[in-house]
This record gives sequence, C-alpha cells and structure tokens, in this order.
Amino acid sequence: MSRSSESDPLRPRDHIEAPRRAEPLGEGPRLGIAGWARFLWRQLTSMRTAIVLLLLLALAAIPGSLVPQRSSDPNGVIQVRSANPDLVWLYDALSLHDVYTSPWFSAIYILLFTSLVGCVIPRLAHHWKAMRAAPPKTPARLSRLVGFQTVPGDASDLDRAERMLRRLGYRTARYGQSISAERGYLRESGNLLFHTSLLAMILVVGIGSGFGYQGQRLLVEGRGFANTLSSYDTFTAGQWFDDGSLEPFAVRLDDLEVEYETENRYAMGAPLDFTARVAVSEPSGERSAQIKVNEPLSVAGADLYLISNGYAPRISVRDPEGNVVYDEYTPFLAQDDLMTSLGVMKLPDGLSQQLGLRGFFYPTAVELGSGALASGYTDVLNPVLSLQAFTGDLGLDAGIPRSVYSLATDEMTQIAGGDSGAESLTLAPGQSVEIPGGLGTIAFEDVLRYGVIEVHVDYTQTLVLWITIALILSLLASLLIPRRRLWVKATGTGLEVAGLARGEDPTLERAVDALARQLRAGAAPSHATGERVTT
Amino acid sequence: MTMDQLDAAGLLAVYSAMAVYTLAFAAFAIDVAKRSAARSTVPRELVSVGGDSPAGGQSPPAIAPAEAGRGARIGFVLTVIGWVVLVAGAVFRGLAAGRVPWANMYEFALTGVAIIVGVFVLSRLWRDLTFLGVFITGLAVVSLGTATLNFYVPPTPLPPALQTYWLVIHVFVATLATGFFALGAGLSVVQLVKERRTNGFLRSLPSAEQLEDLGYRVGVIGFIFWTFTLVAGAIWAEHAWGRYWGWDTKEVWTFIIWVLYAGYIHARATRGWRGSRSAWLQIIGFAAVVFNFTVVNLFFKGLHAYSGLSSE
Ligand code: HEM
Repeated sequence: MSRSSESDPLRPRDHIEAPRRAEPLGEGPRLGIAGWARFLWRQLTSMRTAIVLLLLLALAAIPGSLVPQRSSDPNGVIQVRSANPDLVWLYDALSLHDVYTSPWFSAIYILLFTSLVGCVIPRLAHHWKAMRAAPPKTPARLSRLVGFQTVPGDASDLDRAERMLRRLGYRTARYGQSISAERGYLRESGNLLFHTSLLAMILVVGIGSGFGYQGQRLLVEGRGFANTLSSYDTFTAGQWFDDGSLEPFAVRLDDLEVEYETENRYAMGAPLDFTARVAVSEPSGERSAQIKVNEPLSVAGADLYLISNGYAPRISVRDPEGNVVYDEYTPFLAQDDLMTSLGVMKLPDGLSQQLGLRGFFYPTAVELGSGALASGYTDVLNPVLSLQAFTGDLGLDAGIPRSVYSLATDEMTQIAGGDSGAESLTLAPGQSVEIPGGLGTIAFEDVLRYGVIEVHVDYTQTLVLWITIALILSLLASLLIPRRRLWVKATGTGLEVAGLARGEDPTLERAVDALARQLRAGAAPSHATGERVTT
Repeated sequence: MTMDQLDAAGLLAVYSAMAVYTLAFAAFAIDVAKRSAARSTVPRELVSVGGDSPAGGQSPPAIAPAEAGRGARIGFVLTVIGWVVLVAGAVFRGLAAGRVPWANMYEFALTGVAIIVGVFVLSRLWRDLTFLGVFITGLAVVSLGTATLNFYVPPTPLPPALQTYWLVIHVFVATLATGFFALGAGLSVVQLVKERRTNGFLRSLPSAEQLEDLGYRVGVIGFIFWTFTLVAGAIWAEHAWGRYWGWDTKEVWTFIIWVLYAGYIHARATRGWRGSRSAWLQIIGFAAVVFNFTVVNLFFKGLHAYSGLSSE
C-alpha cells in the first residue's frame, strides 16, 4: 500500500517503499552518452549496489586479518616474507601486506562512497523541501488503514484533536472536515545525517591523518630526549607533515615503577601496574607527570604513551690495561612473560679485535635441571647476565644497515659460550670476568629499567570524536524514531481515526489506539469512558 | 572463601547450568518433534503483530501462552533455572578473580551465554519466542561445553592494558549485542525454514513475514549495541595504544561484522532482497560473530591477545 506524497522521503528506486514506476520499455539505456551515463549513475546509486558494495567491503577486509599488515605488524611481515620467499611477488602484486590502502580495497570504498554521495544529495534536497510541506491530503477512505476505528464526536472536536496531535509532536493540516497529521521527520533527518557523517569521517580521517606523526623512543631511567626528528628511534609521519611542526618539548624518564602479582599462584609475577614518572620541559617551564598504560600524557598537543618496557643492564668492558672502552646501559628485549631478555653489544674499537657480545639477562635467574639458566620471576631478585662473545668482523663498515638488536656472526669466531669450548660469560651485578683470549675484562655494574615512549600527534582526534557522536545519535534517530501519519475525520457516525506507517513502525497500532482513547476521554460527558490517559 | 573455593563453586554452577540446559534442550526438542508430527488443529497464527486486528484492538500483541506445548513450558522453566545458576556461576568467577568475569575466553563464554539466554528469557515480556528454545539452549550447551573443556583457565588478575572501565563497557556491550544477534539469527533461521516447509510445529509459529519483522527489530538493537562496541573499542584503543583505529585483527573483524549488518539493514529495505535474502544476511552476520569469538580469538595473531590460553 504505497500512498506517496511530497512529504515522503525520497528513496532509491529499488527501495522497498519507493513507488513502483512504470519503466520505459526495457529500462535499458537509450542510445547516446548521456543516456548511458544516466543509466550507470542510476545503477550506482541503487540500494542493490550499496548492498553488494557493502558485502564486497566486508569480504575484502578479511585478507588483512590473515596476512600480517605493514601498518599493524611489521615484524610479522618480515617473518612471512622470509618464510615464503617464492610467494613474495604475489604478496606484493596483490598488496597483501597493505590491504587497507591497496588499490582494490580503495576501489570498493571509493565506489561505495560515490554511491553514497549520489544517493544522499538528492535526498537532502528533497528532505529540505519535505520538511516544509504540509502533511498529505486525507485519503477518501480511512477504513483500510492501520488501527481504523470510530470514536464518538463530531466536527466540533477537531480543534481539540489538532491540539492533541500537535502536543504529541505531529505536524498537522486541515482538509475539509479532517485533520491530516504527520510526525517523525527526524527519522529521515537522522538517516541523512548518519550517511553524511560517514562521508565526513572518511574525509577527515583520510586528509587529517596526513598531517600527523608518531615517533618512538626508548629511554633508560634517568635519560631524556627532545622532540626533534633525530631523537626518535622510529618515526613515521603523514604525507603533508612538516618537521617545523614538531612541538618544542623534552621528556625525561625519572623512574619506571612496576607492581607485580605476589599472591595469586596462577599468575605469580604478572605485572599489575606500570607507572612511568617523567619530567616534562616545555617553553612554559618544567613539570613532573606520569604515564601509565591506558593513561597517556598530553604535552603541547602531543599524546605520550608508555608502550613497552624492559631491563637495561649496565655493562662495562676494560682493555688489559684497565682503560674503559665501553660502559653503557644496554636495553635488552623481553622474550617471554618472565622477562627473559635478549641483548646485543658491539665493540668495534678499543680492543685488539672487534668484539661482539650477545646473551640473556635473567631478572631472577634459576638453574634448570640441565644446568642451564632460566628466568623464574619477573622482578629483579637474582639478576644474572649470561653472554656469548665473538671476535672478528662486526660488519659495521659494509654500509648495510644493521639492527642494534642483532649480531651477524657469519664473519666472526665464537670465543665464549656455545661450541667455543669456553663457558659463557656469566655475571651478577658487581662481578667482572676475563674475556677469553686476553682481550680484557667485562663487568656487570648494575641494572635499570627502560620504557619505550611513543609520541603521537593526530589532528583528527577531536573532530573524529564529534563525528562519532553525530553518527551514533543520528543512527538512533534513524532506527528508533517512527515516521507515521495519523488522520482524524469527522463523519456522520463520529470521528474516524486511522494511521499509516512510513518505514518500520511496530507501534503504530498502539499509537492510533492511544489517540482514540484520548479523544474518547476528552469527549462530552455522555461519551466519556471514565478512563484518563495522559500522553 | 578462598579464591580457589570461589572458582570451584563457580565451575560447579557452570556444570550444573549445562546439565539443566541439556534437559531444557531435550524438553524443547521433544515438544518440537511432537508438534511437528501432530496434525495441527490450530492453524491460525499465534502472534498478531498489528495490521489487521479489528477496531479497538486493545490487547497488546502477544501469544496466548496456553498454546505452547507442555514440553515447551517445562523447557522454558528449566531455561530460567539454568540462567539463574549460570549467573551465579559468573558471579562466583568474578568474585574469585576480583573483577568483572569477562577477561578471557572462558569468562566471555560464561557471560556471553548468560546474556544470550537472559535476552531470550526477558524477551518473553515482549513476545513469546519459546519456539527458539531449541536453538538457544542448544547454543548454550555447546558454548558452555566448549568453554569448560577447552577454554578453562584459573582466575588471574588483569594485565595493565585491560585494567580500565573500557573493558567493562566495551566487552559488556559487545556481549549484549551478541545476545540480540543470536536471537535475530534464530528468528531468521526459523523464517527460512518456514518459507520452505511446513508441519504441525511450523504451522503453530508466526508467519514468515512476522518472523522477519521480529528478527529485524532484534537485529537492529544488536546493530546499535555493536556500533557502541566499535566506538568504545576505538576510544579504548586510543587510550591504550595511541591510535583509535589500526586495522588490528580484532578491529578488522568488528568492522566486518558491522558492515555485514549494515548490508542486512539495507537488504531489508530493498526490493528483491527483503525476505529470504536478507534473512541469510542476518545469519551470515551472526556466523561472523561466532567466528570472531572462536577462530579469530584462538588462531589469528593480533594485539588483542586475551584468550588467556597460551599460544605456544
Ligand atoms: C558507506 C556505506 C554505507 C553504510 C555503512 C550505510 C549504513 C546504513 C545503516 C546503518 C542504515 C540504517 C540506519 C539508518 O537508517 O540510518 C542505513 C540505511 C539506509 N541507507 Fe545506508 N549505508 C551506506 C551506504 C548507502 C548508500 C550508498 C545508499 C544509497 C543507495 C544508502 C541508502 C540507505 C537508505 C535508503 C537507508 C534507509 C533504509 C530504510 O529505509 O530502512 N546507504 N544505511
């Protein structure tokens, strides 16, 4: 039953409520470029196309959850590529490591949003007019409409009925001896705002994120860094980023506190809380602050996060004469939940040969049955360092960039640990041992914690939050506000009442009943049912 | 009580709930079988959803409960009992762990089933959906069985990343959405069956069109909660990881589910798609929800490593 009128929302032509139009023969495009263009545009902006594109978008998002992505899991990408060298071309050809920026994924959402624009703009224009249009004429016969009933009354009750309807939020118009009322324009407004907000979201995220940046810096307790490009360990920025925009501030990590579980035997040593106490210097002065997981620190428009932590033993190396050639806090990377940590040191100069050290730090070392060491607890109760030593070419001059966390040993000879015949260099804080081959001595001085601080600037945040709020509110309006028409018509037998839903409206019948009851209740005493209804 | 005793009490409650749901399932199944075999003498529709009732239709649209078979009534009572026991189980688990009981897969399953069944039981106040009893209790038994056999871990404290009220909001709302999605999918399944076949039991149900309307309304509520889930997740990610969206595995699947349901809502409003096609979409959407909870949690790599099960 489609009674359409000017105040009806405009719908794509395959919408369930769009009036069925008699299509010109074959509907197919009339010859000519304009005809074809109109035909294609109509296809693109149909509901069917929107559904198919939405389903395609869902499908196209799946591979990105199966194959590691450069943006979210760069290490995974490296692993997959080295494990399947003969498939690398395929990964690249299909952009499988950058699914969400790949041409095929982009094509789908660009088409979807083009369709959205094409769908929403005519509806916006139409809705603008419809909001001003009077509710449509009262149908000749109400008896076939929803909730039809007749209550006692006559034309003199129409004023009262109109006031009632107005109070209920209906827009009304008089047509002869009848009132035509309509409400729920906000449903269509919500729907349009919702789709427009989706569009705004894509644009803001797409463009705005091009100006932001993010950088990570590892800090051992007591150390600091200034917010300049060169002080970051890793740095990525959007395409329109300008390094002049780096806010002038500096951060020092004073202390990294970790609290451990000590009672629950299923989770002994599990970290319960991390707190990084920092000193922040800004042009306006210095202040102290803290960063916790889930509690970033805001500094001059940038957000600072504590994203990981670990131990940095201070290791010193002396040559045979006792001159210090290396003395640094060296960050070790945690390998498991018990903080068994792996670290590497490279000493190209100062000794008679180049020296490489690689080994584990155990915050609380325990000896396994096999005699090997392992970490038994996460906090520092019995710290032990166990290092293997290599001499030879560290490969630092070859010009190949090498990670500071890995040691290329192909060109080196192992002199301690492994199959070298000599024991690993095993040290507790304050101890020192000879390096085999008379190279010198190595000492484990003490150990501090380090934290990795991420600095993040994203200019889209606030706007995205507002758009999100608009999205949610408009979605609620669009899905939950009923759009309906009600009619009250004075006839010889009384007041006829009936309604018509525009869109999903499960409570229409109850609404008609409620109106009828109100009319009855307010009617002349002889008609009154004694029932008062207050809505 | 100590932590271990509380947890043991919780586990006992969960096993008991499983037993009760198994009985409820049997009662519902017997009822369906009996009514399918019987030559229905009540061909009229039980639900009246507006539209064609005569003037004055004062009574709210509802099923006359007397029409439900005895098996179904027993099944429903058992379902309510099982629900109370399961909620107790989840509460004990929460007390044992000293936090909300939804921080690893075992706990998601407990709370999730409690909410799915809760939505089903409470929907009784709105419409009689007892005919979904087989589906809901079957789902409950399978989920709880998997949870206790495969997902159980002792209660442990929350890692710092999860210690925030966002866990409470985000995960709870997601579970609530799942409850509505489950009900909606059940309605869609019955709708599809009803479109294709008929027997005594099916004849006693609302018409395919009414099932579709109910399924749509339930699905839309699920969709609204899912939208909240997505947004709350993004805000939380912003607090924890410094970005609101990073296409992490779990984010991808939350997005996929959201888009599938958006597709379903469009399909419902599209000529040629309303009806069985849109019903299939709702079922596919729910399948994605289940996949997200099981396969994605267990086997996909990502930042949301919270199954509580060691992957090594
Ligand atoms: C970016 C992709 C899109 C998403 C995520 C999306 C999402 C939604 C959602 C969630 C609804 C239900 C809530 C509401 O009524 O506002 C909806 C409704 C609607 N959408 Fe979209 N939409 C998209 C694209 C489109 C396109 C391209 C069209 C035009 C063909 C369209 C036309 C409609 C219409 C007409 C409705 C109302 C349906 C009804 O009458 O119930 N949408 N959309």
